Amino acid sequence: MLKIENLHVAYGGIQALRGISLEVPDGKIVTLIGANGAGKSTTLRTISGLVKAQSGSIQWNGEELLGKPIDRIISAGIAMSPEGRRVFADMTVLENLKIGAYLRRDRAEIQRDLEWVYDLFPRLKERSWQLAGTLSGGEQQMLAVGRALMSRPRLMMLDEPSLGLAPLVVQDIFSIIREINRQGVTVLLIEQNANMALKTADLAYVLETGSITLSGTGAELLANEKVKEAYLGKHS
Amino acid sequence: MQEILPYLINGVSVGGQYALIAIGYTLVYGILRLINFAHGDVFMVAGLVMVYTTTALPMYVALPLVLIATVVLGFVIERVAYKPLRTAPRMSLMISAIGVSYLIQNLAFYITGGVPQPVTVPIPWISENVLLFGQSTKRVTLVTPVLTILLVVGLVYLINHTRMGMAMRAAAKDFETAQLMGIKINAVISVTFVIGSFLAAVGALLYFTNYPSVGITSGAMPGLKAFVAAVFGGIGSIPGAVVGAFIIGLCEELIKGLGYTTFSDAFTFALLIVVLCVRPTGLFGEKVTDKV
Repeated sequence: MLKIENLHVAYGGIQALRGISLEVPDGKIVTLIGANGAGKSTTLRTISGLVKAQSGSIQWNGEELLGKPIDRIISAGIAMSPEGRRVFADMTVLENLKIGAYLRRDRAEIQRDLEWVYDLFPRLKERSWQLAGTLSGGEQQMLAVGRALMSRPRLMMLDEPSLGLAPLVVQDIFSIIREINRQGVTVLLIEQNANMALKTADLAYVLETGSITLSGTGAELLANEKVKEAYLGKHS
Repeated sequence: MQEILPYLINGVSVGGQYALIAIGYTLVYGILRLINFAHGDVFMVAGLVMVYTTTALPMYVALPLVLIATVVLGFVIERVAYKPLRTAPRMSLMISAIGVSYLIQNLAFYITGGVPQPVTVPIPWISENVLLFGQSTKRVTLVTPVLTILLVVGLVYLINHTRMGMAMRAAAKDFETAQLMGIKINAVISVTFVIGSFLAAVGALLYFTNYPSVGITSGAMPGLKAFVAAVFGGIGSIPGAVVGAFIIGLCEELIKGLGYTTFSDAFTFALLIVVLCVRPTGLFGEKVTDKV
């Protein structure tokens, strides 16, 4: 379980997170929704170690993650698919997947996970020798997810996986997220597409200008009037 | 033809020496987007260390010592002068590089007293004269291009087929995502400087063993030429740097062979201006506008 308590993060003089607390229980899909600049990405980037926190704590199965180098956090079982996918465009699909397993030395197991990722994304297998830059946006997103899975994470963080994708492709991505979760990977998901995210998630938090203003199950927040008005574009 | 031939052979050899230095520029640029102005001075230091160690120690100790000392120097420069500026604007990094260049030259001045140090013990075997197509030449002229190609092949293999190479390619494209894969950026950058300095040290051994002496600015000209070669080939690209270096080496020597020795340097720098005006990305460079 991932447990964040009273986390403060600032960039320069700007306070990005003002003491947020949240929990990601094992085996669940948890989503953070909120407007641009609310601090969603900052939260994920702080968990992964890319951003330094001012104060607070991030506990992963009782172990403090704050102050740990990124590679230790990944080795502890946390992977991230970054915003904008950020696949290595001039490497092949296969190389992108292999680099996802960069910290692992267990060759046979890496090969097994490669087969697993190819099973999840048959499209990637077909294109395994193609340069990642030649893939469509949806395929690149699948590659970014597959690459993160190659570190064999117990917690998978996804930063805006549906960004810029066609609605049908978004459906695909979300069904894959559910499938990954069914196979035992905990998911922490950030989305602008609040509707899809809340329908998929077991638990949800609403972030507003660096603070958590609402939380509940996905279904509860879907039914919440404030959420409907602010994030789902429905007027009651 | 008979008169031009030795110049051609020489050109290939000079090109090999430039290539060994140019790779250092292009590797570092590829990963840090930094023109490492101190690289030519690292080359010079390797020459000085060679002079000192070969006069005092047996060859089989002296030569490895040159390689080790140069590699350590490259590593230390990166840690002391570039690493603290990782998040600083690129201009600061560049200014720091210029500072390192002058620092090394002045330290060398302090140590040598400003007197060029004569190369009294040339490296045996490669400094011997051999006959090639009826012309007498030093064996190093033949060894240089062969050794250069071998080292380049090894480097390309390292970059394309090893775990460290994969990390280097990833870091060169995207620091942050590379870190998300668990790649330790600082280690990758250190390795890059180590490789660049190692190749410069090999280049220095081949270059200075034929030279009468090593002075504090002896690295400046070959360093600049190699830099032009890297830009000409497309900075950031290893094949580009190698091809660029061989072309420049050949052209310079051909111009000398045609009797215009005074213009051979001018040609190289004119080439730099033309390349920057006409095709700033060089022969094999990527089409990214945000460079140099």
